[in-house]
Amino acid sequence: MAEIEINNLYKSYGDVKALDNVCLSVEKNGFCGLIGPDGAGKTTLMRVITSLLVPDSGEISIGGLDPIKEYKKLRLKLGYMPGKFSLYQDLSVEENLRFFAGVFGTSIKENYHLIKNIYSHIEPFKNRRAGKLSGGMKQKLALSCALIHKPEILILDEPTTGVDAVSRREFWEMLGEIRNYGITILVSTPYMEEAVLCDQVSLLFDGKVVESGTPKQIVERFSSTIFAVKTVNIPASLKVLRNMEDAKSVNSFGQNIHVVFNDGNHSVEQITNYLIKNNITDAKVSIINAGIEDCFIDYIIRQNKN
Amino acid sequence: MKRFSGFLLKEFLHIIRDTRTMLILFLIPIFQILIFGYVIKNEVKDAKIGIIDMSHDNVTEEITARLDAAVDFNVVREYRNYEEAESGFRANEIKAVVVFADNFANDLGKYRSADVQILLDASDPNLANLINSYISVILNKYSHEKIQTGTPALVSTEPRMWFNENLHSAYMFVPGTMALILMLITALMSSISIAREKENGTMEILLVSPLKPIQIILGKLTPYAVLSIVNVISILVIGNVVFGVPVNGSWVLLLLSSFLFILLALSLGLLVSTVVKTQQTAMFISILGLMLPTMLLSGFIFPIENMPVILQYLSYIVPAKYFLIIIKSIMLKGLGLDYIINEVLILISITVGLIALSVLKFKTRLE
Repeated sequence: MAEIEINNLYKSYGDVKALDNVCLSVEKNGFCGLIGPDGAGKTTLMRVITSLLVPDSGEISIGGLDPIKEYKKLRLKLGYMPGKFSLYQDLSVEENLRFFAGVFGTSIKENYHLIKNIYSHIEPFKNRRAGKLSGGMKQKLALSCALIHKPEILILDEPTTGVDAVSRREFWEMLGEIRNYGITILVSTPYMEEAVLCDQVSLLFDGKVVESGTPKQIVERFSSTIFAVKTVNIPASLKVLRNMEDAKSVNSFGQNIHVVFNDGNHSVEQITNYLIKNNITDAKVSIINAGIEDCFIDYIIRQNKN
Repeated sequence: MKRFSGFLLKEFLHIIRDTRTMLILFLIPIFQILIFGYVIKNEVKDAKIGIIDMSHDNVTEEITARLDAAVDFNVVREYRNYEEAESGFRANEIKAVVVFADNFANDLGKYRSADVQILLDASDPNLANLINSYISVILNKYSHEKIQTGTPALVSTEPRMWFNENLHSAYMFVPGTMALILMLITALMSSISIAREKENGTMEILLVSPLKPIQIILGKLTPYAVLSIVNVISILVIGNVVFGVPVNGSWVLLLLSSFLFILLALSLGLLVSTVVKTQQTAMFISILGLMLPTMLLSGFIFPIENMPVILQYLSYIVPAKYFLIIIKSIMLKGLGLDYIINEVLILISITVGLIALSVLKFKTRLE
């Protein structure tokens, strides 16, 4: 059986369906990304997995254990990093780490090798209060604390939200290294571009898993051609392109605009000419491969149409 | 055990590093007892009184001299008539006037009694009552002496205040303040400290750890139990050294029963923390639901016998009421365990019930 095995899971808060027929399977030593916007149900799913919430119905097995009946055994195997920075702000870096090691009946020394690469970044500040650390350092400390007892399964709820771009990249590299210790990782994030680093992703929307597979598989399932329009005048271009006949979706992605049409009879030249006709002369149009975010937007558009 | 000691260390660090907590723990008790001691006084000292003496004989002059000599009073003026006395009251010169009727000494000789009237400024009724009884005591004492020397005298009644002969208010407020402070520190602080873990999201991590609920509970409560004992001792020492409140009974029994009350307050705080989600609500419930009844319904400030019947019944569920009976019995009356066994048993059963309820209500999950 897979390390994380979830079938037909339901969980409601009153009328709101937080989890709606969720299925998820992560093999041992797998690295699964849970992608979705705020309110998609990521945190609820993680809390059910960590035995903090009881689902309404469905099958769930984590590390071969039932989080409802065998939560005591399960909690020994889990490393959990909640969404909010939840360490003790008034304790120093080292005191936090020592506390979490102590709670799990181990010591910093015993498992130092596991966190060495991460902790070495913050070790120079080990006497500083955790509350006084920068966002990126807080995340590294939180990850160290979640890892110090050598968990078999690591659950990370939006670990990179509110962290700068450099720290985010570093953080994901660290997660890659943690895999070398045979730890199964489930990580959630609202940032689509981070998803490609996982070896499997599930897109969560409105409590439902709308797509799952390897990042490559998900992108390949995307059939339409995507035109990327690079221009300095994004707001005006968006307006012009949205007025184009047949345009299915027109969205800005950083400095680019991604355009998808309902049929395939469009070309780079045709779009360039159209833009020039509408006084946008600097635009560079090209055909690109779909990203996870494109798939997500495509799904949401299909949902809204139905 | 290693898990538990690490948890305990963390709790002590939280307390030591938080200036606000340290202030509440150690400065407030001292301030509170000094404030109660010096500001809220139920005793009369150097109250200014006036005299209307229509007789001016040797008896009235001797009584006036006695009133003036008493530490409680200071005879500031003699008024010629009631009108003058009234303007004295209005000008706030005096709190009371003692009026001797005409022919005072003669009447006393003839009829073995004479009229004394006491006029009181009852805009502060408690004070008026106190002054009234103090003056009566002095008059009665005088007449009592005269009877013994064979001279005819006024009618005599002699109240004596047992266990608190001089009606020192310190005897009242030291035990009362102790109950209040223990309730404040233990229940309020412990419920806040658990609510803080919930608010900061650290409770989530603690729950997803192998710590047992009982370890989390004990780790949270132990530091406050230890610090409360320190407070009990400092309150008793201040009470004794500064205000002269004695401990006539056994110190061991006194400390043990205080510890029982601490446990009870802690379990109340624990129960509060199991139902609230934020520190604010924890504070609100602790102050309104625990501290106010301790202050108002325990017999600390207002005598339970004078309350409306419904509040009298309500006072039966205020633990501080029993605690006050216990510590007053030990401190002032010097009684042993056999005299207070009922109250002790009541406190023990409340504590056991509360702990059982809190452990049952303590959630191992988030909802």
